[in-house]
Amino acid sequence: MSTEVVETTRETVSPIFGRLSLDWIPYHEPILIGTFLAIALGGLALLAVMTRYRLWVPFYKNWVITVDHKKIGIMYMVLGFIMMVRGFADALMMRAQQALAAGGAEGYLPPHHFDQVFTAHGVIMIFFVAMAFVTGIMNFVMPTQIGARDVAFPFLNNFSFWMTVAGALLVNVSLFIGEFARVGWLAFPPLSGASFSTGPGMDYYLWSLQIAGIGTTLSGINLIATIFKMRAPGMKMFDMPVFTWTALCTNILIVAAFPVLTATLTLLTLDRYLGTHFFTNDLGGNAMMYVNLIWIWGHPEVYILILPLFGVYSEIVATFSGKPLFGYKTMVWATCCIMVLSFLVWLHHFFTMGSGASVNTFFGITTMIISVPTGAKIFNWLFTMYKGRVRFEVPMLWTIGFIVTFTIGGMTGVMLAIPPVDFQLHNTLFLIAHFHNVIIGGVVFGVYAAVTYWWPKAFGFKLDDKWSKRTFWFWLTGFYLAFMPLYALGLMGATRRMAQYMDTGWQIYFIAAACGAVLILFGILSTFIGFAVSIKNRKALACGSDPWNARTLEWATQSPIQPYNFPQVIHVHGRDEFWHMKQTGFKWSTDYTPIHMPKSTATGALIALFALGFGFAMVWYIWWLAILSLFACIAIGIAHTFNYNRDYYIPVDEVAKTESKGATA
Amino acid sequence: MTMLDTPVTGPVKGPEGPDSHPDHHHESPTPIGFWIYLMSDCIIFGVLFATYAVLGYNYAGGPAPKDLFEADFVLIETALLLFSSITFGVAMLQAEAHRLDNALKWLVVTGLLGLGFIGMEIYEFHHLIHIGAGPDRSAFLSAFFVLVGTHGLHVTCGIIWLVTLMVQLRMHGLTSANMQRLSTLSMFWHFLDLIWIGVFSFVYLVRLI
Amino acid sequence: MLKPFKIPLMLLLAVSLSGCQYDVLHPSGWVAGQERNLLIISVLLMLIVILPVLFMAVYFPWKYRADRPETDDYDPTFTHSNKLEVLIWGVPVLIVIALGAFTWVYTHKLDPYRPLDLAHAGEPIEVEAVSLDWKWLFIYPEYGVASVNELAMPVNRPVNFRLTSSTVMNTLSIPALSGMVYSMPAMQTKIHMIADEVGTFAGRSAHYSGPGFSQMTFDAKSMTDADFDAWIAKAKTVDTPLTRASYLELEKPSIGNDVAFYSTVEDGLFDRIRNLCVGEGKVCMDQMMMVDMHGGGGLAGIKDKAAFEYDGQRAIDGFGNLMDAPGAGLIDGNDDTDANDKPDVDKNTRSAPAMEHN
Repeated sequence: MSTEVVETTRETVSPIFGRLSLDWIPYHEPILIGTFLAIALGGLALLAVMTRYRLWVPFYKNWVITVDHKKIGIMYMVLGFIMMVRGFADALMMRAQQALAAGGAEGYLPPHHFDQVFTAHGVIMIFFVAMAFVTGIMNFVMPTQIGARDVAFPFLNNFSFWMTVAGALLVNVSLFIGEFARVGWLAFPPLSGASFSTGPGMDYYLWSLQIAGIGTTLSGINLIATIFKMRAPGMKMFDMPVFTWTALCTNILIVAAFPVLTATLTLLTLDRYLGTHFFTNDLGGNAMMYVNLIWIWGHPEVYILILPLFGVYSEIVATFSGKPLFGYKTMVWATCCIMVLSFLVWLHHFFTMGSGASVNTFFGITTMIISVPTGAKIFNWLFTMYKGRVRFEVPMLWTIGFIVTFTIGGMTGVMLAIPPVDFQLHNTLFLIAHFHNVIIGGVVFGVYAAVTYWWPKAFGFKLDDKWSKRTFWFWLTGFYLAFMPLYALGLMGATRRMAQYMDTGWQIYFIAAACGAVLILFGILSTFIGFAVSIKNRKALACGSDPWNARTLEWATQSPIQPYNFPQVIHVHGRDEFWHMKQTGFKWSTDYTPIHMPKSTATGALIALFALGFGFAMVWYIWWLAILSLFACIAIGIAHTFNYNRDYYIPVDEVAKTESKGATA
Repeated sequence: MTMLDTPVTGPVKGPEGPDSHPDHHHESPTPIGFWIYLMSDCIIFGVLFATYAVLGYNYAGGPAPKDLFEADFVLIETALLLFSSITFGVAMLQAEAHRLDNALKWLVVTGLLGLGFIGMEIYEFHHLIHIGAGPDRSAFLSAFFVLVGTHGLHVTCGIIWLVTLMVQLRMHGLTSANMQRLSTLSMFWHFLDLIWIGVFSFVYLVRLI
Repeated sequence: MLKPFKIPLMLLLAVSLSGCQYDVLHPSGWVAGQERNLLIISVLLMLIVILPVLFMAVYFPWKYRADRPETDDYDPTFTHSNKLEVLIWGVPVLIVIALGAFTWVYTHKLDPYRPLDLAHAGEPIEVEAVSLDWKWLFIYPEYGVASVNELAMPVNRPVNFRLTSSTVMNTLSIPALSGMVYSMPAMQTKIHMIADEVGTFAGRSAHYSGPGFSQMTFDAKSMTDADFDAWIAKAKTVDTPLTRASYLELEKPSIGNDVAFYSTVEDGLFDRIRNLCVGEGKVCMDQMMMVDMHGGGGLAGIKDKAAFEYDGQRAIDGFGNLMDAPGAGLIDGNDDTDANDKPDVDKNTRSAPAMEHN
């Protein structure tokens, strides 16, 4: 204990700027400078365009302060796509580095930078891409599937979204001010503790996940309450579309699992900021406890990501096979089984940490058991197509691609669930290939399927077919080329997260994987070109309210959906209600009543803005700013409760006007 | 955060809102929404209790509960919080009987009892840190400070909420919106009481016997 | 147990033999061989259900495409079938039962903590492995020597490892011989393995541990008894003892270390490393636990904190340089979030690379 050192280090924390100094601006890193210039120029161009076309006020009024679940859903999707570009840029950098750095070559990324890249890639892809997509789809689709006007707590929904954005912004700020964590996406201590992760990177990780995590938890609460309380009259639980069921299970998982993450990261934060001893080596800390806690959140998390997409595939396969879903009840019960079992398998992520053979066997077998309901789902999709009329529209292509890819990923997953096999494959590229196999093959394919399927509902026109198909084929072939070599490398004993490696025999596989990543890049480019082309040709691509001949309630109302969703309250009599409505020649009545709606509010965005300030201040030890921001968050929250005037009515003639316009369009 | 859970839709009416309308067909989602929030909070406490269970005996050669905690002190603390739950209950009864002034009086008593509890906790923390038994001394003390401190933070939020709601009751009276807020806060307050019973038994009582 | 799989197993072996670099599929040690067998058994078992699914996933949509010539078999009422339900739940359940049985048997047989009791194996040797920032230290307690970044083992003799780590988590991974097990600071894990043939196998840490992780590799050399004795003898000639002092020197962060030897090893060094008490004036973890079991050190123990501290006295920057600053701690009894005595990055060393080739 040399106290004089304490004195010298204390002085570097300035009362005004904390530990932030010009040294932390990475002006000596050409890659970062280039990125910064590109983003700054792009941002300036965007600002100029928005000012030129006077878009600021409409943007603020229609999007920033909106409490409309559909717009919030769309904003989540936009956030997901933007962050996917960021996360994918990280992926390309990693693939390029590993394709180069063989046999003693250093590549172009020093470990200091490479380690941040793989950490950022994992964090961004899980928390700000996959989570944003999943939440966005649930937000947009679920309330309309149950015939609701909005979610249970519309303001809270807006607040949740902006908190997620604040977290995402904080991650991206770390690119240009300071650094990001160098710990891997789950940040195991002691490596992520105060001594072995000095600097602000790890703190960026903690505060961005905490801020976004608040949003996620609240949105989970919101959507559960919506499903329980806002269903159209007559809709029983077993009348709900399968997507709504999977959304329910997902949100229960969110509410049960995310508090564990919040608590665990808080403990790690306290270790770093106050010198507590939860996960330190010394003074009684226990790093294994972090590993257990983080995986008690982490395993349900992968089901949080995949379950809603199982719902998406169920809707799509039924629609495009022209048949009701095969084994609806099996599907629902399988989803519930998965929900419960997902809390009983966490230890399979660390068989290699010296647990006893019986413990390992238990968790290995529970993991295998999860594959049974998952397999049942796949059979149900297959038998929905059986004796159907399968139309090969783009959402269906993604679904078939998913079934094939996910089945392979499921098989490698069960291999990893067998402890002695996992001893060999743990932490190798085989594991990386496995979880990309299920996350790309399951989540990403599902998101694309959902986007092409519900795009007409959101905007009133279909996506360009040619570009959508190009996107699909680039992603599919790109995925296989990028990740099959990683399976092979794993079987050769290649470890994950290596900045360099000696075995030149591996290099050809890494080069193949890099080529696969380039194909995926083309897939992502095709996506955006497809969006642009479709928007340009929106007149020609315009379609009615039910372009796919679908089965569930969201297709009963006009596209794009009006703010009030449905002109009248729908009375539900059974499953696939819209299909039956069509059989009996349903038409909306013209006898309208005023519609009760929530008012927009800027409170959510404002609190999130200050939460972002708070996070930034905490990262840099700028205590005065942290206290001010926190105080502002609380004060704005309290002030909001003094506003009792939160709703309004859309008058009858306005409903009549929008409805008649929708009918003629 | 809990302050933000007030619903925007549903039949809850502000002072200016219309009283009834055919478009309403749902009961308010607030009780179930808040209940789900409390369950998620319960899981946070669950993690902290589990942490205390794992680390609670790691004194790192430092003091143990027997060296630090005094049964009498904690009993008084507990009594304050339990009484505050009773007084909140009385306030609720008064509010339901449309006696605003009486309800406010009992809420003031509740708030004061809560403040007393927080004051005692701050005193205890200050004392421990002063003698060097702060949260950085051992894993046991880390777990203790964070579990008890998290509960204390919740009570503090509850008091701020209570004061806010009292102002709003003064402004608008016992409207249905305010009644809903009052019963939501009452759920929160009783929930904290329940958690404290866990803290009292598990952190203090068992370790002092 | 392996009989029904004999032919496909040999086929797969033939494929794997053609590319000799597949360490996992073509191992050189009994443990890894068993793990490989289990891997192949599990794949074959799962293919019973995976292959039909893959076939149906392509065949069904094609067979039942909307524009097929004959659509008489379109049957939108086919939404439930008890027979199919039994099949789609039953077959996977049976497979899981079979896999579960294999898992139970093999997980116990291949438990890394279980000493190997193979008929053909000779006398086991003991190795104490320590993962340091960013190199491996192997101590041979029976021979009183130690090596850095090179592991020697006599062929056909089990090696009983005890593992620990100095600062952060790593895993000891030699895929050709055995699966991996974590080495963790302040904890001890075990693994047992054996080499069936003479050779040099790639070994490394397989759990990311910081800036020098990629270079945290070593050669695992399996050799004849005579060669092993010669290797020990060579280690004894270097005349650098591994004492507590020289360990503390070695333990400092460094990247890409060359192979090095220690001729003698201080008694009980491994246990001191595991108990975080190599440094002067430190209380060992096992002693601390004894004191804690008896009710801790009381109020008088408060002031002894420094004797139990470990992490707080070392700090490593993002490039792998040691920073001479203690970690976080509370200042003057304030438990609010304003403990601003965290070590900042030392401006002088921030951009300096940490390569230290011995």
